[in-house]
Formats: sequence, C-alpha cells, structure tokens
Amino acid sequence: MIRIGVDVGGTNTDAVVMKGKKFLGGAKSPTTSDILTGVENAIKSALSESNTSSDDVDVLIIGTTHFVNALVQRTKLAQTGVIRMCLPSGSSILPFADWPNSLVSGMKGTYKLIKGGYEMTGAEISQLDHNELISAARELRDMGCNQIAISSVFATVRGDMEQEALEILTKEMPDLSITLSKSIGGMGLLERENAAIINASLRPLAAEVIDSFKLLQKSLDLSCPMFFTRNDGTLIEAKEVVELPVLTFACGPTNSMRGAAFLSGLQDALVVDVGGTTTDVGEVKDGFPRLAGTSVMVADVRTNFAMPDVISIGLGGGSIVATKEPMAIGPVSVGHELLQKATVFGGDTLTATDLAVAAGRCEVGSNNPPSISSIDKLIEILDKMVSDQVARARTSNKAIPVIAVGGGSVMMPNEIDGLEVITPKHNDLANAVGAAIAQVSGQVSRVILLNDEIDRDIAIKDVTEEATRIAVKRHADPNSISVLTLSDMPLSYLPGNNLLINVTVVGDLLMEEL
Amino acid sequence: MSIKKLSFVDNKSINAVAIGGAVLGSGGGGDPYVGKLMAQQSIEETGGVEVIDIESLPDDALILPIAMMGAPTVMVEKFPSGNEFAQLIPMIEKMLTKPVAAILCIEAGGLNSTIPFSAASKLGLPIIDGDAMGRAFPELQMVTFTLGGISATPMAMVDEKGNGCNYETISNEWTEKLARAITIEMGGAAMCSLYPVSAKDCKKYLIKGSLSLIHHIGSIIETHSFNAYQILVEELNGVHLFQGRVRDVERFSEGGFNRGIVKLEGLGDFLSRDVKVDFQNEFLVAMEGDKVLATTPDLICMFDSNTGAPVTAETIKYGLAVNVLGLPCDPIWRSKEALEMVGPRYFKYDIDYKPL
Repeated sequence: MIRIGVDVGGTNTDAVVMKGKKFLGGAKSPTTSDILTGVENAIKSALSESNTSSDDVDVLIIGTTHFVNALVQRTKLAQTGVIRMCLPSGSSILPFADWPNSLVSGMKGTYKLIKGGYEMTGAEISQLDHNELISAARELRDMGCNQIAISSVFATVRGDMEQEALEILTKEMPDLSITLSKSIGGMGLLERENAAIINASLRPLAAEVIDSFKLLQKSLDLSCPMFFTRNDGTLIEAKEVVELPVLTFACGPTNSMRGAAFLSGLQDALVVDVGGTTTDVGEVKDGFPRLAGTSVMVADVRTNFAMPDVISIGLGGGSIVATKEPMAIGPVSVGHELLQKATVFGGDTLTATDLAVAAGRCEVGSNNPPSISSIDKLIEILDKMVSDQVARARTSNKAIPVIAVGGGSVMMPNEIDGLEVITPKHNDLANAVGAAIAQVSGQVSRVILLNDEIDRDIAIKDVTEEATRIAVKRHADPNSISVLTLSDMPLSYLPGNNLLINVTVVGDLLMEEL
Repeated sequence: MSIKKLSFVDNKSINAVAIGGAVLGSGGGGDPYVGKLMAQQSIEETGGVEVIDIESLPDDALILPIAMMGAPTVMVEKFPSGNEFAQLIPMIEKMLTKPVAAILCIEAGGLNSTIPFSAASKLGLPIIDGDAMGRAFPELQMVTFTLGGISATPMAMVDEKGNGCNYETISNEWTEKLARAITIEMGGAAMCSLYPVSAKDCKKYLIKGSLSLIHHIGSIIETHSFNAYQILVEELNGVHLFQGRVRDVERFSEGGFNRGIVKLEGLGDFLSRDVKVDFQNEFLVAMEGDKVLATTPDLICMFDSNTGAPVTAETIKYGLAVNVLGLPCDPIWRSKEALEMVGPRYFKYDIDYKPL
C-alpha cells in the first residue's frame, strides 16, 4: 500500500511517499498563507522524488494546523451557542467561565441552561423537556447562532440525553449544526463543554478546509481516500473532521514523535524535535506520545481532550545568539529567513546554526562562521537548554535513547542528560512520516458500578470491546487491534465500587473496507 | 514571616486564594478550581467579599461555617445551582433563632477554601479570616471545634434540587456517618452548614489568619512559579523533604476514600534516594525506607517542579517531577487528644507522630 503523508508546519510543509514501511521519497516546501499551495508543492515534489505516479497512491494522510491557528488568531470562528442540560444543577458556574473575553466575543458566544443531565449513577437529574430544548435552540438561532454545542451533566456516564437532544433538534431545525460534548471530551463538565464549544465554532472553517483539500486532491489526480491525523497520532476521515475538527488540533508534535519512533525503530524513547524557532520535547511509549494529564489549555481555554504532553522552548536553528553578557540563545529567531540571514549562508545574523557549525557539530552553508571567542560557553548554554527539557520530559531514570529530528537536529550533541542521541535518516521529514504511518483508534471513558455480576475484569473487557467496535467502524483491521492505554481508577467518597475506566485501542488501517 | 492581612477578596485575589487553598489541601480536599469559578461568578455579580477579624465581632455573634461535602469527582460534573446558600441560612437561623453575622471557612485546604467565598458573596456577609483545620482533613469531626466540645449540629444540608435536611446528633462522629449517607442520596455532593458557633467560642478555637495565609501562599506561587517552594520553606518554617519523580502510583478504594501510595525516585540533591508517600485523600505519611520524614497532622505538600503548582493525590501521575514539602500544622493539633483524632494511628499507621 502506497501512502502519502503530509504535515503542515508553521514554517515548512513536508510530504513523504511510503510503501508499507519503506520510505520512497519526500520533500519540504515553505508553508504558504493559503496553506494549500504549500501542500500542493510538497506533494508534487515528494511524488517526483519517489518516482511515484499519483495513480499508484492508495491513501493520502494530512496533518494540518489550520484550526488551532484560527482559534489563536480568533479569526473565522462561527457564532456559537451552548445548550447545557443540567437544571436544577449547574447555574453556579455558567458556560464560558474562565475564557478570555476576546475569544468569547470572537465567536459571539452565548448560552442557555435547560433541565436535564444525569447523576453519577446514571439516574436523571431531571427529564429532558422537548419544548424547552426546542425553544432554547430557537432563541439561540434567532441571536444568530448556527453552531450549537450541547453538553449534559455526566454525559460520560450516559450519553443518551445528548443523543436524544441531537435527534430532536436535527428533526426540528435541520439548518443547525450540532456538536455533542460526549463525542469529544472526558470527565469534567466544564472542560468537556469548552472542547465542544471550540469544536462548534470551528466547524464552518473545517468544512471549507476539507472542501479545498478535496479540490486540491482532484487537481493532483489523487483519486485515493483522504484522511487527517488526530491529536493522538491516529486517523480521522475527512467527513469526521468536518464534524470534529478539534480532534486534529495538536497533530503536529504527535506526528513528529510518531515519525521519530518509526524512523529510528525505537518504541520507547524521548523525542527532541528541533525546528527553526522552537524545540518540542516529548516522550513516546509503544510508539505513541505520552498524553498530558487531566486538563489541557488550548488558546487559554481549559479543555480535556487527549493531547500529547509536549514541552516547547524557544530554541531553534534560527534562534538569534547574544554573544555579550548576559549571553543567550533565542527566543527570537530569524525563522524562515535562516537561509538568507545566518552567517554561514552569507547573512549578517549570528544564529544557533552558526554556533553548531563553529563548534564542528555539522557542516551547512557556504560560508565559514565568524570566530566566536565565547563559543564553548555558548554551546554549553545551548546544551543545557535542551538537557533541562529532556530531564523534565523523562518519566524514569531508565536510560532510554533520545531521538533528534527536525531541520535543527544537526545542532544536537551526542549525549543529552546522559542519554544517547540518535539522529535517524530522513529525520527532517519525521512529521510527514508520522502522518503517513498513522493507525486507527477507538477510545472509551466510562464509570462502571461494580456488583456481583460485573467485576473489574468484566467491566474492563466490556469497555475494551466498545472501544474496539469504534475502531473497527473507523476501518481498523479487527485482527490488528491492540490496547494502547488502559486505566481504571476507583472514585472516592462513594460506597460501592465505582470504577472510572479509560481504554484506547489502535489497529492498522484496512484499505479494502473503503 | 510577615503576611499581608487580607481584608477584601475580589475577582483577581480569589485566584491566589484558590492556589494557596490547594497547597493547604495537602494533596486532598478536592481541586479548588470549581470553587474558585463559583466564587468568581458570584463576586462578578456582587463586587467582592469583605474579610474580617473575629475579634471585631461581639461574643454573642453567630458565625456560620459553609462547606461542600461529597466527592470532588461529582463536583467537576454536577455544579451547584448557586441557590443552596440562600436556602441554608434560613434553615440554620430558624433552628438557632438568631441572624447569622459572618461566614466561616471550616477547611482552608482544597475545594472548601473557596466555597465559603461564594456563599459570603451571594449572601452579602463578611467572611472570618481563619478556619477550623488549617489544612484539609477527610472527616467532618476533624476540626478544632471538636477539641472544644463544640457540636457539629445543628447542621443543615441542601442539594441543588432544593431538598434540605437538618441534623441533630449525639456526636460529631455520628454526624459524619449520617451526613455522608445523605450526601450519597443527594447525588454525591451537597452544600452544608455545620458547627454554628458563637464568636466567643470561635475566638478560642479558630486557627486565625488562615485566609490571609492561603492568599499569601498563592501569591508567592503566582510570582515565583517553580521556585516558589524554596520561599515557602523559608517563610512557613517548612522542610524540603524531597525532590523526585513519580515512579509509581498505586491506588485502591477503601472505606469510600481515595487511598494509595506514591513512590518517588530522587532527582537533583536527592539522587539515588527513594521516598514513598501514603495518601487517604490527603498525603498522610512520607517515609524513606523505615525512616519517617513527616506524618499527619503536619502537612505534606507536593509541587509540580515545572510549574510550581500544588499537586493533588487524585491527579498525580507517573512521570511527574515534584518537590515535596513538610509544613508544620497548627500547634493545636499536636496535643495528645488532637493526635488521637488526626494523628497517624487514627489512620491505622503503626507509627508515632514526630513534629517536623
């Protein structure tokens, strides 16, 4: 099976062509303001680099930062209304609590609280009143909201009320576009609701982006199916992205870590991705990035969807060096102008890349770097910046290797924090490789009350089977399914044995099904 | 140690209060985030909460503690309606035939450090600078008032639906038992008012200044982030017990509590040393091999090495780098009688309490 993997980064757009596990070729192209031109250029170059005809391509997989950019810049956000099913509970913390004002006004966010929701046992707090739901939606629509985010208390225990609300509104007001909180986040009403709101506000943009990618696909004569990569390093279909764009938010660092693991053949390692302006450090276990804990900030909003645990620092190949005291590297960078501004490329700015060349770590550029009297001290600063982050990202004193990837990886020493550094072949395209090798996942988070019939093992088995069904529905090969993460946690203060079970399974993409 | 007296809490300072509250939570008491958002919302409506000294009130003034009882995991899904406080006050006033003069925070650690601000703000009442634990504890009777023979009842409890319940009991242990059972029926979390006290009794048993203290601690963390622990050790006469990475978290549900053991592997000055910290909602005992580093009722607090933020036992996870601090508890907890209630032996550890 021949796959094209594409990763749209802040500076460069990368594309690779892979046949099974074999790397056939790849290319980098500057990211353009319309994104698509950069993607088109990268794919064309990668196809010609690998001598592959577009007819032979079986699948196109894209990782893009469109949506997070829109959120950070507060542009192209749709007007969004929230319906929270919770009354009589819930009013003491209203939707949009703790949001930056500019983001709320950017999407003209507004809300209605109605009766509904569940107790943790699954009993109803109050019954859903159809008329109340419909009139709430009507009021929000009259205010101009075409995007509706629906949340319900303990939707992670029982999702049926959100589902019922969706069915009622779809029938009554088919023009509304609806996001359910249970489709996105885990435990924590506010964080899950926040994720649903962000998702709703991005849906029109997602539809636009997907349409333009489809046009691009046509113009490139790629008639194969197209997928996108999710935050957890697995695949999502184009039609699912239109509904759940937030699931693709943090795919950049994930793809790069997955690609690093794949290229180096290591399943457990630390990954240092050195770009032009920043360096991301994270950890892979079983080839997948370790995920951040309970809540994650996205554009200053607290959410709880699964995102990789990545530490970023302002150090990259283009970082500007201050040679006078106090000596420093970055965080200001020449960015994409590295090839013009760095001294080794004939420019007049001393960058981290120049330091690396001066210290004999790599040979790039056409010019010699100027002689730097404090070179030893500066290299020491550079190495300390990286090793501090690696030490923070480590989860044990076990000596696992560090995989260095990205354009700036040439600057890395042979050893970081006492760990061996491996720089695999094609490392500068690691993120696109990560996209190309993405698998399919299924994830379920549920609270189960254990009793005589349902013990812990049965509960875990039930939740795992549910996750497997979800993965298979997303075209995972049922024979390749393996459990990626499994955790169970007893819930405190309550009698009886309530277990919160989280299961994620992954499997290989099964193309025949499509 | 010079701590700026807190006299008014607005939308901004409640943030520092919540962070400091999480520190005194000693790993338990629930994440004060939900309480902070509740307080912020009501402060947004009313402008703020006046913080007063207990000495400023006449001896016969009625002081009413307000707290949330139940599972923090329920609180992050099912938020209160916000009308609970207005329902609680008349229930208590009817039982005591007296108007409430001020609100008291009973537990300055965890979620209950911020909940009373929401109540005070909604009710337009001042809040007393102090509390009855100086930290978080898992059971209702573990307050300084119990040492003074003050009853938890009359106690009132309401849920978000408007159900209310009054308690008259023979001991604070019974109140704990009955109230917990009703909390579960109410959906796992309820608002309550307990230990109504006169200003006279309150003056005797209050741990004074604890709201100013948590505000101060929170401000230090806001300003100094990952370096804050060093300043806290110095200012609060604490001990830097350990710096390490979480190598294992073993959890088990027992008696309805969130119990477990955190195993830490040393970093920095503590390299090649191992420490384990036991928790039952709160961090209770820190040991290095057979050596006891700190035990309840002294506070064992963990801070994320990267951000300086306090870490709770409920959210602590493998791989996190932490600084572990021991902070001395209020001296009132160090008497023989107090230690029988909150010392290590009460929590079934076969060790004696040694003050930090």
